[in-house]
Amino acid sequence: MIKSLHARHHQLADQQRQREILENGIFREGRLPKFHRKIAEAGHDSLTPGDLEIFQVNVGYMCNQVCKHCHVDAGPDRQEIMSRETMELCLNALAKNKIRTLDITGGAPEMNPHFRWFVEEAHRIGVSEIIVRSNLTIIVANPRYHDLPAFFKKHGVRVCSSLPFYNAGKTDRQRGEGVFADSIRALNMLNDVGYGRPGSGLVLDLVYNPVGAFLPGDQKQLERDFKLELKSHFGIDFNNLFTITNIPISRFLDFLLESGNYDDYMEKLVNAFNPAAVPGVMCRNTISIDWLGNLYDCDFNQMLGLGIDARVKGHVRDFDFAELKSRKIAVSQHCFACTAGAGSSCQGATA
Amino acid sequence: MISMEHHYYAPEDLKKFGAIAEWEGNLAKKFFDWYGDVFKGGDLTAREKSLIALAVAHTVQCPYCIDAYTQDSLEKGATEKAMMEAIHVAAAIRGGASLVHGVMMMNKAKKLSM
Repeated sequence: MIKSLHARHHQLADQQRQREILENGIFREGRLPKFHRKIAEAGHDSLTPGDLEIFQVNVGYMCNQVCKHCHVDAGPDRQEIMSRETMELCLNALAKNKIRTLDITGGAPEMNPHFRWFVEEAHRIGVSEIIVRSNLTIIVANPRYHDLPAFFKKHGVRVCSSLPFYNAGKTDRQRGEGVFADSIRALNMLNDVGYGRPGSGLVLDLVYNPVGAFLPGDQKQLERDFKLELKSHFGIDFNNLFTITNIPISRFLDFLLESGNYDDYMEKLVNAFNPAAVPGVMCRNTISIDWLGNLYDCDFNQMLGLGIDARVKGHVRDFDFAELKSRKIAVSQHCFACTAGAGSSCQGATA
Repeated sequence: MISMEHHYYAPEDLKKFGAIAEWEGNLAKKFFDWYGDVFKGGDLTAREKSLIALAVAHTVQCPYCIDAYTQDSLEKGATEKAMMEAIHVAAAIRGGASLVHGVMMMNKAKKLSM
């Protein structure tokens, strides 16, 4: 298993270095326009929030996998784990404000020792929708995780799982040897308790992202392909397929630079800029919280250390729903991934 | 600009395809509108059309088309195996087209020979 950039002391483990790369090169030379200029041309002086609907908590960067494209640079060697105290602050913010969705992500969020407590409490205080972003393989990684499907069901969790392709070749190249087979086992276990089965009311969504330096195809068509292939070969049912464009940060940025694809990929994103995708970008309805309780406009900005507007209180202990609405969203050139083509977000295509 | 004295094909030129409209806008517009419609999903899916394009690209041996439809096939969710199968279809037709003319050769040879 490869190590995280962090463990390798790689230059891209440094957030500042990543931000420099995104601000310089082809963008500094003027060969490509910067994101703020492009949205200005589309009639937006700056990106501002709409209604806050999704409270996305990153409970830590530890993961049982080391995927080649991971924007978090997650892995078994990462030690950043959200404490129970910080989770309590998150629950306070959720209890006091009308926010529809708690979206729990990581790393593998299930590896946080307080994960189950967090989900139970969120369910108890009546959060309308709880999403867990599961990498699937964690469910079969150790016997102590085998009951996760039943646990998710008990608390009405919506499960959102990554699966970049419906065969082992592409999936394992991105996510590691044997990941596809383990993912299929985990999907079978989720189906067995009712997830994804018609009429069960238990939602199982899959997330597709391209295995390389190209854009995702049509979401509906890929969903049809995935449904046909997974059902006919493995008997698997799921609800929706969401396409996500790979964001040029962290390990995917490393891949782009190492493979000589960076300039072409950024040009492709810029050329595919779709003004109609701007209103639906997820930073307009989402707030991201890191393992220490700091607020960000999205999980990608979190990984870049691109802080929230300095004019608003930036920690979950001071969570101020109204004030957050007045902020300006921090952008850089990675944002082109969310506005390319049909748009991209944690909820899939946006335009 | 890369001089034609050094390269007949330059990857950057693929991105300039639209520039053909500069010298004949009316026909270029008709071509690009039609081209766009051709590749929309119909009775054939957009992915099937992309794989046909990839096979034809190898038949006409157009580097621009190979570049474009390799990317497009991947984006449409084609497997690498499917892409190679498509090229074998193109190659089989090319090879078969030569070989089937062997019958013509045989007919002629038989007519000429005692």
